[in-house]
Amino acid sequence: MSLLRLCLIMLGLLALAVVFAVTLGETPLALSQYAQALTHPASPPGEVLWTIRAPRVAMAALVGAALGLAGATMQGLLRNPLADPGVLGVSAVSGLGAALAIACGLAAVPGAIELAALAGALLAGGAVVAIAVRLREPEALILFGVAISAFGGALTALVFNLAPSPVAIAEILAWLMGSVENRDWTDSLRAIVPMAGGAVLCLKAGQGLRMLTLGEEAAKMSGLPMARLRAYAVAGAALLTGAAVAGAGVIGFVGLAAPHMVRALVKDDPRRTLWPSALAGALLLVLADLAARLVPTDQELKLGVVTALFGAPAFALLAWRAARSWRS
Amino acid sequence: MTAAWTISGAKARQGDKLVLDAASLVACAGEVVGVVGPNGAGKTSLLRAGLGLLPMTEGEALLSGKRLDELSAAERATLVGYLPQDRRVAWNLPAEMVASLGAVDLPEAQALVVARERLARVGAADLAKRGVLDMSGGERARVLLARLLTTRAPLLVADEPIAGLDPDAQLLTLELLRAEAASGVAVVVTLHDLSLAARYCDRVAVIDVGRVVAEGAPSMALSPEILARVFRLDGALIETPAGPVLAARRI
Repeated sequence: MSLLRLCLIMLGLLALAVVFAVTLGETPLALSQYAQALTHPASPPGEVLWTIRAPRVAMAALVGAALGLAGATMQGLLRNPLADPGVLGVSAVSGLGAALAIACGLAAVPGAIELAALAGALLAGGAVVAIAVRLREPEALILFGVAISAFGGALTALVFNLAPSPVAIAEILAWLMGSVENRDWTDSLRAIVPMAGGAVLCLKAGQGLRMLTLGEEAAKMSGLPMARLRAYAVAGAALLTGAAVAGAGVIGFVGLAAPHMVRALVKDDPRRTLWPSALAGALLLVLADLAARLVPTDQELKLGVVTALFGAPAFALLAWRAARSWRS
Repeated sequence: MTAAWTISGAKARQGDKLVLDAASLVACAGEVVGVVGPNGAGKTSLLRAGLGLLPMTEGEALLSGKRLDELSAAERATLVGYLPQDRRVAWNLPAEMVASLGAVDLPEAQALVVARERLARVGAADLAKRGVLDMSGGERARVLLARLLTTRAPLLVADEPIAGLDPDAQLLTLELLRAEAASGVAVVVTLHDLSLAARYCDRVAVIDVGRVVAEGAPSMALSPEILARVFRLDGALIETPAGPVLAARRI
């Protein structure tokens, strides 16, 4: 299938999912009320659709796209179908940043949590970039990511341990579970700037990712400026992940699953996996958020919980398949 | 005439170990140079140092007369194509796309045209659309050889190109590399099979503990003394109708 056709199909599916996500919700609306919402955006049904649901759906789509693209980039870079932004430790340190901000009582300051999460992601991303230029082996980079991840987790546990009040602990926990509840349009606008930057970097790294199929040494001799392309890929994935965590908290497995939905359709090509993975990630997260809203529970399900419930078994399945193919 | 590849007095370390100790190598257009030696002698290190993949503490390397450290990655790629020993392929790309990765200097469509032509040259034209992970090891080795030829470089360096191949594929690979040399390319290969090294190489460099200890025509470089001293083999090359064959036993 050609890349353009695949992207158009994915866009169509995403548009369909967005329409469903905006029209369906906890507040049931009659057909006449939908008509009213379309003609009079300021009417109460219009408020529900355009200021409550639509920004939330937009945020879910943006975060999903960012995570899907970051995942596809990391899988290409590490030549590993099990890689995702979590592997780099970027999500963990980003979550740590948010936890610190909340524990310091900055939750009321607008944008403070977001900035702290972004700072955490960039810090981890920067560390990974600095190391990645020196460590040529992808396995070494994964191990380094595991170390960052563990350290971020340990420091977050320390924040829990020393948190001043149970309220702060509850808030941190809510953040770490991930959600796009109560987002408005400014949240999307704030997220879109670092995401666009990250996307440009990842797409520029595309040819390098494709070349890495042949291994580190062949790629290095290929004539492509691999050190630079590798740095683009790592920085781009870090930026995308940071913006996603800043916008919606820690949401796992989307970056892992999205590339696998489209990889076979582009003949495994790490470069042409990038765009479709972003669209697949957006689709996944819009649907996951719709599920989180529609499943009738006393407490609304957290988006990160929904993706983890579906994502963890998917991860196990992918690991099983990868292990089998590595054995042969 | 300028040699396609000159490595002179290369010293290199890996960790604390001195892996190259003033090793030198020259490869000229039209010849196949074989680098042989026991495991761990420094064959791969010599290639990697000469390509800029392993930093040299002393010595220098020239590609077509130009200092390696003054070349950009793109310039270097026009002067040398490299087939590493590690032939793992990460993703199941179609063979023609893998082969086209040899030509990053060309637009994608043109690179594919060159790639298909090179696939035909290695007898793998019918594999062009197949995924490389769906192939046998021998078929994949052909595709990667086509990728090497797609570089169109005046120097082709192949690290153990026949390791793990069946006898027919081994001979085919070496014949293809000989044909490249006949068309004016300099070819450098590392080999473990001394009979094939003697049969297919114009010159052989024997490397032992990081030094080139013998170099010249196969019958000279692989003399009984060298076989005994470097390879711990008691024997000699024997001429047969199919070419020289090593007859030897362990000392």
